[in-house]
Amino acid sequence: MPVRVQAEPFDFGAEAAAFAAGATSAGAVVTFLGVVRDDSGSLSRMEIEHYPGMTERALASIAAEATDRWHLLDALVIHRHGSLLPGEAIMMVATAARHRAEAFAAADFLMDYLKSRAPFWKKEFGADGAAWVAAKDSDEDALSRW
Amino acid sequence: MRLDVLYFAWVRERIGLPKEQVETEAATVAGLVAELVAREERYAAAFADITALRVALDQELAEFSAPLDGVREVAFFPPMTGG
Repeated sequence: MPVRVQAEPFDFGAEAAAFAAGATSAGAVVTFLGVVRDDSGSLSRMEIEHYPGMTERALASIAAEATDRWHLLDALVIHRHGSLLPGEAIMMVATAARHRAEAFAAADFLMDYLKSRAPFWKKEFGADGAAWVAAKDSDEDALSRW
Repeated sequence: MRLDVLYFAWVRERIGLPKEQVETEAATVAGLVAELVAREERYAAAFADITALRVALDQELAEFSAPLDGVREVAFFPPMTGG
């Protein structure tokens, strides 16, 4: 269950292909790519701060729980920090299971948990200055699904 | 006891530093917060609404009522926005 926290960009296609190639006994591989979104039309960049040490621990713990609950054959989480431009990839998850229901559910679970349980904070810089992205109540509520 | 206290995101910005060592006899996180708030206005500003904050003890999420016994690292931050 590799977990990577990095400032550098990653190649989503290459990561997905390598992950799928390594999951030899899987019947299903699900991938998700998170991208910097510009809702206002004036976003110049996003800064992602994180808590080195706790971030890796939290991601590994979330990935281990997903693997255990859905009997995953493999899981991958890559999350970037630092300065990102609109359209750039922020993070990806990949899950491999024998059947698609498990692979989809585990990917959904991973996304819900790393939104509000992995120590990342986003700050948006735009024409009107800078502002921290506020957590949404719906993000916390999403955890109760699991 | 001496603790490493870390601040992230707007908590870090309001207090004006990412990390400091704090000498405290506080029994709980809430007790430590009360000591910090009493120090200077910038701490009072950062901790004005504790329901808007989260705390981690030795890199695990915890409650403000949690004891500090045996803890080495305390981190304060707003709700996380990963993904």
